Amino acid sequence: MSDGHDAVGNNPGVLKESSITPVLQLRRVNVSFSGRVAVRDVSFDVAPNKITSLIGPSGSGKTTILRSLNRLHDLTKGAKVDGDLLLDGVDIYKGGIATMLLRSRIGMVFQRPNPFPTLSIYDNVVSGLRFNGVRKKSLLDEAAESALISAALWDSVSSRMKVHASTLSGGEQQRLCIARALAVEPEILLMDEPTSSLDPVSTQRIEELMTELKNRVTMVIVTHNMQQAARVSDDCAFLLMADDRAGELIEFGPTDKIFHDPSDARTLDYVHGRFG
Amino acid sequence: MTDTLNSLPPDPIYDRREQIRAITAKTLRRRSRMSQLFTWALSMSLVIALIPLVLVLFTIVQRGGSDLSAAFVTKLPQVPTIGQQNAIGGIANAIIGTLIVAAMAAAMAVPLSLVLGLYLVEMDTRLSRIFRASVEILSGIPSILLGVFAYIFIVLPEHHFSAFAASVALALLMTPVITKSVETAIRGVPDTVTEAGLALGARRSVVARRVVLPAARAGIITGTLLALARAMGETAPLLLVIGATFSQTWDFNPFHAMSALPLLTYSYSGSAFPSQHRAAWGVALVLVLLVLILNLTSRFISARLSRKAQM
Repeated sequence: MSDGHDAVGNNPGVLKESSITPVLQLRRVNVSFSGRVAVRDVSFDVAPNKITSLIGPSGSGKTTILRSLNRLHDLTKGAKVDGDLLLDGVDIYKGGIATMLLRSRIGMVFQRPNPFPTLSIYDNVVSGLRFNGVRKKSLLDEAAESALISAALWDSVSSRMKVHASTLSGGEQQRLCIARALAVEPEILLMDEPTSSLDPVSTQRIEELMTELKNRVTMVIVTHNMQQAARVSDDCAFLLMADDRAGELIEFGPTDKIFHDPSDARTLDYVHGRFG
Repeated sequence: MTDTLNSLPPDPIYDRREQIRAITAKTLRRRSRMSQLFTWALSMSLVIALIPLVLVLFTIVQRGGSDLSAAFVTKLPQVPTIGQQNAIGGIANAIIGTLIVAAMAAAMAVPLSLVLGLYLVEMDTRLSRIFRASVEILSGIPSILLGVFAYIFIVLPEHHFSAFAASVALALLMTPVITKSVETAIRGVPDTVTEAGLALGARRSVVARRVVLPAARAGIITGTLLALARAMGETAPLLLVIGATFSQTWDFNPFHAMSALPLLTYSYSGSAFPSQHRAAWGVALVLVLLVLILNLTSRFISARLSRKAQM
C-alpha cells in the first residue's frame, strides 16, 4: 500500500475519504421470513474505513442483518426487509439504487471459500469486473494485481495466474475470494464468519489483512470468535435472540467499550463467555 | 465537492473505482433495456402458451358443465333408445374403473421406483448403468406399445380383458417418471446428512430408509402424484386391454374387464347418439377435475412437507 492511501486511512476527517466512502445507516430494520420475524428493530451506523463487527449467539440475526445490507435476501422466497437502510444517505430498498450497482458497491465474502471452481485464479479475481461489463485488458490486469496485493496473495500466485483456483489451499482460496470481492473496488465489504472454516495461521493472516484493508474499504464482519471481534473491529454490535426467537440489538458502540465497559449486563456476560 | 476531490493528489484505487463504476452504470443501462425487452417477450410467450390451455379448459367446462350432476357421477350408464335418446345414465363405473386402475398401477410402480431410484443414486455398478439405460428407454416407449405388452403377456394367456392388465401398462408408464423424481429428490439430500448417519455406525440400508428417504419424501410424493395424474389421463395403454368401455354394470373385481374415463371419452365422442356425443364432454370434465385434484394435492403436500423440513 502506498503512503498516499495511508494518509487517507489515518485521517478520517479528510474530506476525500468522507465524500467517497459512504456510511451505512440502519434505522429500525426488521427482517422476516414468511411472516416469522428474524431481526427486529435494529438501528446502528457503520463508520467509514472502520471495521464493524456483529457478535452474538447463534440465531441472534447477525448473518441475517449482514445479508440484508446487499439485498441477498431478495433471493429468498418470503423474505421481507422493512425499515431504512441507507447507503450514503440513499435507501437501498426503496428504489434509490439498482440492486446490481448496489452489490458492486457492497461486496461480500462468505463463510466457506467459494471460488468459481472451473475458473483460473486470474479469471476468478476479474470475474466481478467482467460480469459488470469491464472488457479493457489493462484495467482488468491493474485491478487484479491491486486486489491480489491487497489480499496478500500476489507473491504466491503472480507466477501461476492461469492455474485453477481449486489448487489453492483453504486459506489461499479465502484470500482469493477477498481479492475477487476487492477487484470490483467496493466501498464496503461484508464478511460472514470469513475465518470459521480456516486454521489458526490462515485466520491470523486474514485478520492482519482486514486491518490493512481498512484504508481501502469499510468492513462489516460477522464473527462467532469473540477474540477476533476484539482484535480487529473498531465498532461492535451485540445481538441476542428474544423470547419469540427474533434477533434484537442489545448494544452498539466502540469495540473497547463493548468489551470492557458495556452498558448492558447481558453484553458483559456474553463477552466474558458466561453464556451463548 | 468535486473541486476538493480534484485538488487532492490522484489516487489509483479511487481512480479505478470511478472508472469501474462508470462502466458498471453503462452496462446496467444497456442491460435494463435488454431486460425490459426480454421480460416483454417472455410475457408474450407465456400468454401464447396459455391460450391453448385456457381454450381447452373453457370448452370442456362450457360443453361438459351441463352434464355434471350428482346422477352423472353416481349412476351407471344406460344405452339410449330410439324412444329415450337422452337417457345415457351416469359414468360411475368408469370413475371407479379409473381409480382402481390408477391405484393398482401406483401400488406396483411406487415401490419399484423407490428401489430403482435409491439404487441408481447409491450404487455405481455395471448393473446400475444397465438399469439407468433401461429406465430411459422405457420412458421413450410409445404408450400404445405398453398396452400391446400387457395384451400379449396378460390378456392373451388369461383369455380375458382386465383392469389388472391396464394397471400393469400404466405402471410401466409411471415407473420411469417416478424413478427420475425419486432419484432427483434423493440427490437433493445433502451428503453430510448421509455421512452423519453412517458415522453413527448405521448400515447403508438403515440410513437410506430412516434418514435419506424421509428427507426426500416431499419430492418423492410430488413426483408420484404428478405421474399418477398423467397416467390417469392416458387412453392408449388401456385401449387394448381394459375391455369393457361400454359396461353397464358395477364390477369391483380388478381381474375383470372395466371401464375408464379417458376411454369413455374416446368411445362416446365416436357414438351415433347425439346425447352420448355430448356426454363425452362431461366425461372429459370429470377426468380433468380428478387430475386437477391430484395436482393440487401434490402441490399442497410438497409445500407442507418442505415447510416442515425447514423448521
